[in-house]
Amino acid sequence: MVYDVAVIGAGVVGSLIARELGRYNIKAVLLEKCGDVAMGTTKANSAIAHAGFDAKPGSLKAKMNLEGIKMMEYVCGELSVPYKDIGSLVVAFNEEEMGTLTELLERGRKNGVPGLEIVGQDRLREMEPNINLNAVGALYAPTAAIIGPYELAIAAVENAVTNGVEFIRNFEVKAVETQEDGTTVIRSADNVIQAKFVINSAGVFADDIAAMTGDGGYKIVSRKGEYFLLDQSVGGLVKHVVFQCPSKMGKGVLISPTVHGNILIGPNAVDIEDKEDCCTTAEGAVEILEKARRSIANLSTRDMITSFGGLRAHSVTEDFIIERSESNPNIIHLIGIESPGLTAAPAIAVYVRDMLLSFAGKFEENTAFDPIRPKPLRFHELSDEERRKAIERNKAYGRVICRCEGITEGEILDAIHAPAGARDVDAVKRRTRAGMGRCQGGFCGSKVVEILARELGVELNEVTKFGGDSKILFEKTK
Amino acid sequence: MNRELTCIACPVGCPLVIELDENNKVVSVTGNQCKRGINYAETECTSPTRSLTTTAKVEGGIYPLVPMKSANPVPKGKMLECMKVINAVVMKAPVKIGDIVVKDILGTGVDIVATNICPEA
Amino acid sequence: MLNYDLVVVGGGPAGMAAALKARECGVKSIVVLERAETLGGILEQCIHTGFGLHYFKEELSGPEYAAKFIELLEETDIEVKTDTMVVEITKENVVKAVNNIDGFVNYKAKAIVLAMGCRERPRGALNIAGSRAAGIMTAGTAQKYVNLDGYMPGKKIVILGSGDIGLIMARRMVLEGAEVKMVCELMPYSSGLTRNILQCLDDFGIPLKLNCTVIDIHGKNRVEGVTIAKVDRNRRPIKGTEEYVECDTLMLSVGLIPENELSRAMGVDLDPITGGPVVKENRETTQKGVFACGNVLHVHDLVDFVTLESQTAGEGAAKYILGLEEEENTVATKGIDGVRYVVPQMINTNCGSDVKLYFRVGQVYNNAKVFVESNEKVILSRRKPKLTPGEMEDVVIKKEVLETLPVGSELVIRVEV
Repeated sequence: MVYDVAVIGAGVVGSLIARELGRYNIKAVLLEKCGDVAMGTTKANSAIAHAGFDAKPGSLKAKMNLEGIKMMEYVCGELSVPYKDIGSLVVAFNEEEMGTLTELLERGRKNGVPGLEIVGQDRLREMEPNINLNAVGALYAPTAAIIGPYELAIAAVENAVTNGVEFIRNFEVKAVETQEDGTTVIRSADNVIQAKFVINSAGVFADDIAAMTGDGGYKIVSRKGEYFLLDQSVGGLVKHVVFQCPSKMGKGVLISPTVHGNILIGPNAVDIEDKEDCCTTAEGAVEILEKARRSIANLSTRDMITSFGGLRAHSVTEDFIIERSESNPNIIHLIGIESPGLTAAPAIAVYVRDMLLSFAGKFEENTAFDPIRPKPLRFHELSDEERRKAIERNKAYGRVICRCEGITEGEILDAIHAPAGARDVDAVKRRTRAGMGRCQGGFCGSKVVEILARELGVELNEVTKFGGDSKILFEKTK
Repeated sequence: MNRELTCIACPVGCPLVIELDENNKVVSVTGNQCKRGINYAETECTSPTRSLTTTAKVEGGIYPLVPMKSANPVPKGKMLECMKVINAVVMKAPVKIGDIVVKDILGTGVDIVATNICPEA
Repeated sequence: MLNYDLVVVGGGPAGMAAALKARECGVKSIVVLERAETLGGILEQCIHTGFGLHYFKEELSGPEYAAKFIELLEETDIEVKTDTMVVEITKENVVKAVNNIDGFVNYKAKAIVLAMGCRERPRGALNIAGSRAAGIMTAGTAQKYVNLDGYMPGKKIVILGSGDIGLIMARRMVLEGAEVKMVCELMPYSSGLTRNILQCLDDFGIPLKLNCTVIDIHGKNRVEGVTIAKVDRNRRPIKGTEEYVECDTLMLSVGLIPENELSRAMGVDLDPITGGPVVKENRETTQKGVFACGNVLHVHDLVDFVTLESQTAGEGAAKYILGLEEEENTVATKGIDGVRYVVPQMINTNCGSDVKLYFRVGQVYNNAKVFVESNEKVILSRRKPKLTPGEMEDVVIKKEVLETLPVGSELVIRVEV
């Protein structure tokens, strides 16, 4: 079978592209190297939908950012993805930085960002009571928002699959061969597919994939950023996304609420060779904490519940590259989708879809396309009466598995059995939040392993942490 | 000759000073807060023993394993060998506390007994 | 809405002892709500011995100790709901619980005993740098996999933290065929019982490295090794002392934290040092009719003392329910000069009985004296050959002495070398 379109990479961009393809009666497939959706940059970033004053006017980043932020609320609504438009503040700590804020304001206005204003010390303190006393003012962008980034990718793929797109996980692309008829054969170690058109949205690996297609001229620098997450009990530390004004010293770090009520701090930026190295470092921790204390003086590591690292695909050209391949014009490459990549994702998906339609010919519309992905049940958000009814409907909602976040077995089962569902412990965690609370999976971890083993029909020691060789248990004791 | 040991008969852990004669026999024990310390000193200096706790496989029960302990301490040097014997045992549910899993393990005179129940599935 | 005299949250040794004592004191309707499938709490996976030496004068394993109370419970008509999670407790003493048979149930209680136990400090809270590979787990989680599920969670192990759980698991893993390369301990002393250092580490030739910690974890999918380093007096890694240790598992035994999510949400005052509720000598928290005992109140070393404390709480709850409380004259307790915390934090001097004060010190003291003072006057002193943070201590204040203490005063415990 020859697919009409194959999308390589189930990050937030690839996932949303796949969803767009579900709007047509075509054979589309989404290929993912890892055991789950959102395993790259998508699961380790700032989770911010940027207002758009940061991007260079006239750039593709600026265009996609502005279009993306406009789409974000309703796309998150259709897919039941957490979204909160809390606005952002770029904080200045001296007069020189106040000057920079004016530049950002002008840049933002050029890009078409609505509602931008510079606020003085008093207003800033009203908006952020905990801000450091020597903050002098800020650039306020009311349209900035926080979202659930991997939730968006997961929901997009669920919706894509529901609408007829195929999802193949554990497909690591090893070779790409253009055929005489212009179609492309894509090989993994143990699988092969053939498609008329290919979308390369492979994140930090997109230049490697492009090289396989014969386009060796792209260069992606893998840039690691580390983050801390603070306990929900200090979730009120800041009310907006709090950036630091870029200065001679560099970009600064942000302090932001997350959609789940935690506080996120970070990132730093270190270029690294190994495109799979998301390890946190002791130096990174020191750097981030020091920088963050410029905004909130009494940040304490005591409230930290975890930290993580994520890679960004930085293109040496500094802008997004979204273009047809020179070697095979039936392939579209997406190179360097770093910040504001998350914000831009819904707009990029439409942009790529339209680019594809412009040369692929007419695709018949899928009249049964349903853009709505039903909201997964979240037991801890329900009222007492709703909880009662949920348990009556399905007993499994009556067994609380994750004590810290209040997640029930029913929700874990939903996550496993959803389209493109969870197959490992971290996948369950991303879909349900089981393991993201204070005890970090200490109580529920082994229970999630038991449930996965039962539902997938495998032995306990075949369940992995995040697919591949991430085995949790060895052999039986007896 | 004196030997210093910490008694492990109970969680207190009294520091013991044991006087031994030329034949390595215990002459006196000081530092203990109870009789068990004296017993411990004597066995530790002649043939040390240890309490062994582990699990054994169960067939037909609601749990895959049942925990057990040595009813009395076993020779310290034989612990790993005892583990091999216990790991080869398969109990049949139901199991009661006190059920003998291995009688007279390795000829030591010590029984290995179940320390929890395992009802039938 | 179901009405009960007493609702006990947690069916481990604390909850069971409290429920039984309350029944003994005449409380009629009692229900114990337990989240696991059986009663017994953490004891069910603590298959080693060392339990019951004080309370039963017998050396028992965890499950055997629990079984004695489970049997006693079965002889009463105290209701037990297992596989049941309490999700909320309101200020009006309504306990909201969930299970897959009864669904979502509101239990209106005259009195409540909080006995939720504690949880383990995870890697994330320590911010150990490095990989997120599989193979990083707390000792309690490893214990559950080995003792209840029957799987080896690792074959080549480095343990961080020399608390009892880590020591017990070191021995357990060796007995089941794993290699335990070392136990690293941040402090210059172990917080575990000396007995456990001997029978879990020395017996098996496992080195205990003091003043040592793990600073990096390596491995893409599964742990492949850790980097350890010595630490200085400020517990900071010393450059140049880094050492790579090959292993497939990092097991963490770095502290227990009382599990007070429910307590925090319902607004009872928590002691920042113990992590548990502030209580009076009868174990009543700052919410009327709500009592706390066991590890949820403060982390114990011996379950025997959990039982005794929980009986105090059960009795306190009973008196409250039956309207038999004494008139209150409160004094506060406080630990200074080396004493990190004191439980209970408040005493009703009219309580009519001796009061045992539990406390822990912040460092090791040899040949020290413990003083209990009121208004700077020494009312009690005890010689202690050794005091260590890993072993909870107690002093008993006699009823007659309590009655002389001025209302609103402070009872101070301190240590002098």
